[in-house]
Amino acid sequence: MLPMISPGKRNDTARVMQHASGDKRFRILEAHMKKHQFRHDALIEILHKAQELFGFLEDDLLLFVAYKLKLPASRVYGVATFYHFFTLKPQGKHTCVVCLGTACYVKGADKILAAVEAKARIKAGETTADNELSLLTARCIGACGIAPAVVYDGAVTPRQTSETALEHMKGWISHGQ
Amino acid sequence: MVNDDLNVMAEKERAARKKTVIRCCMAAGCISSSSDAVKKNLEQAVKDAGLADEVEVRGVGCMKLCCKGPLVSIDTQNALYEEVEPADALELINTLKGDKTKIKRGDFNHPFFKKQLSIVLANSGEIDPERIEAYIAADGYQALHDVLREMTPKDVVEEMVKSGLRGRGGAGFPTGIKWGTVAKTQSAQKYVICNADEGDPGAFMDRSVLESDPHSVLEGMAIAAYAVGANQGFIYCRAEYPLAIKRLQLAIKQAKQIGLLGSGIFESPFNFNIDIRIGAGAFVCGEETALMASVEGKRGTPRPRPPFPAESGLFGCPTLLNNVETFANVPPIYRKGAEWFAGIGTEKSKGTKVFALAGKINNTGLIEVPMGTPLRQIVEEMGGGAPDGRKIKAVQTGGPSGGCIPSQHLDTPVDYESLGKLGSIMGSGGMIVMDDSTKMVDVARYFMEFCVDESCGKCIPCRAGTVQMLHLLEKILNRKATARDLAKLEELCDMVKNTSLCGLGQTAPNPTLSTLRFFRNEYEELLQPDEFGPRNNGEAKKTGLSKAS
Repeated sequence: MLPMISPGKRNDTARVMQHASGDKRFRILEAHMKKHQFRHDALIEILHKAQELFGFLEDDLLLFVAYKLKLPASRVYGVATFYHFFTLKPQGKHTCVVCLGTACYVKGADKILAAVEAKARIKAGETTADNELSLLTARCIGACGIAPAVVYDGAVTPRQTSETALEHMKGWISHGQ
Repeated sequence: MVNDDLNVMAEKERAARKKTVIRCCMAAGCISSSSDAVKKNLEQAVKDAGLADEVEVRGVGCMKLCCKGPLVSIDTQNALYEEVEPADALELINTLKGDKTKIKRGDFNHPFFKKQLSIVLANSGEIDPERIEAYIAADGYQALHDVLREMTPKDVVEEMVKSGLRGRGGAGFPTGIKWGTVAKTQSAQKYVICNADEGDPGAFMDRSVLESDPHSVLEGMAIAAYAVGANQGFIYCRAEYPLAIKRLQLAIKQAKQIGLLGSGIFESPFNFNIDIRIGAGAFVCGEETALMASVEGKRGTPRPRPPFPAESGLFGCPTLLNNVETFANVPPIYRKGAEWFAGIGTEKSKGTKVFALAGKINNTGLIEVPMGTPLRQIVEEMGGGAPDGRKIKAVQTGGPSGGCIPSQHLDTPVDYESLGKLGSIMGSGGMIVMDDSTKMVDVARYFMEFCVDESCGKCIPCRAGTVQMLHLLEKILNRKATARDLAKLEELCDMVKNTSLCGLGQTAPNPTLSTLRFFRNEYEELLQPDEFGPRNNGEAKKTGLSKAS
């Protein structure tokens, strides 16, 4: 028998539902689940939608999805942590994704990343303390023809160098100065 | 929808064609250099010049020469304009009246274009991928009609076997045999899946096909479904390709609207539906059993085969799984016949292959060449060699599962067997050129790091072995390793290759092995003399890892 959110944890469910009741986004998410007829194989689709709505997947959100889809919380958590696309931590106001695909890498994407890391004083995958910037890397965004590419707040920008990257992020990195 | 309706639509579309067509590349690469703004300005400029009745501004799929984007072409002038900026729109329109322009002109007669043979990319850069009428006007869905009306599923499979098409995902399994196996398996429910999880870093062919000609993939899937007896299809596309997903969704909606997907296609009893499943960033999901687990909404971990997906795949039903490019090859095969297709390419590798040319090369972009084309022709003639007068050192094919082909082997013809002999693979078609400033040990480390990240963790050789190999490679790069470490690395490569569960682990050592084979001196230069040999040896023996030393 798979571990469901058991009667012993009912308080938890109650708390999650309490949390969900006051937030419109949960209703949108539930409508999306209904569209998929609460099918278990739509889990990844639903997590995509959840991340789109909330920006990241917090625990209560995962429990909500598990409860509504009648899936064990472990399964939902397992899927959410398996795929790189899902993030369980809140993201900063701006995101910078440095593509580290092979084409970008041989054209110096590693140097861009190092320059941004040094400037923002964070490592790839982290967010600055003032919550302004999240620095991420990608395995290949398929923009190899215009390598090296960097994605600033969702906009793919071609042929970057360390200088243009830092220039672009002026104002995103403050260090409280 | 019957054949007449199809013809009417095609005729109407052809008749509506204006005298001049200005094509503006609207694939992801050019859009990121603001080709959407270029298109908008061009449309406005045409309107302002009062040419709206004569000139059509058409957003098209990939125009192939990605490095020079945004690209615009004007068919009456047979001209290609490169690096067009939104502000150039008026100047471009004025050229129609005979004005001169300073905008950079490309050359359609360059080998980059001249040596291409387009089957899969025939519509790419020609038609508007967001309009089904445009695809129909280019003889689209004609093959599906003929197949449904004139052929039995058995004939369809036989024709595919005759064509000699092999899977374009990398391994090169004969497509006809795969179709035949699924067709023979008895089951009430079967599935067709299109693998659009193009995870190889440095590959963007599938993205371009999906963005430029999504209907050809849908038609290919429908023909395959008819051949094997499936009524439900899935396209598993990676989330990193939002534009491809958007165009696919649109294409499916359009095809459903006019009855080319859904029930009773072309008034035959054949029903077929396609759903999109969006991946979430896992390289291992390119492996077929992992992909199916992911479609089922689970963690994308592979499982041992047999049973093969052809017998027990998605939800336990027989499943046909092919790559985007494979499906895109299907409609032309039935439109022009298997003999025509089998006449292209080499004896064992038929047809063409699309490559994504990138890295340290002058002309980066998308090329489609017949199988058997020498690598040198691709990188030197078409690609224009390495920039800044540097020399090409190696060409990497097959991504993290492939290998590096050194410059002395550039005359190798590109087909499944020849690349395999050199310790690389055809792969899905990523081709990264490296010049003499590239350090090969670093390249091996780069791919190993990738595999460490992407290993799903299910089987131990891959999960632990890749980590150990990465440690060794880093040790070598930090000049702390000895000959013993190198021997250990080779032994580990062999172990991981032979004992891993799925393709990811089995091919993870390939980049290391091929760089060791051709650039061993670069490794050896970084090694330290073996000062504390005996003691190290003793320690290593305890862990049982030093048999080779």
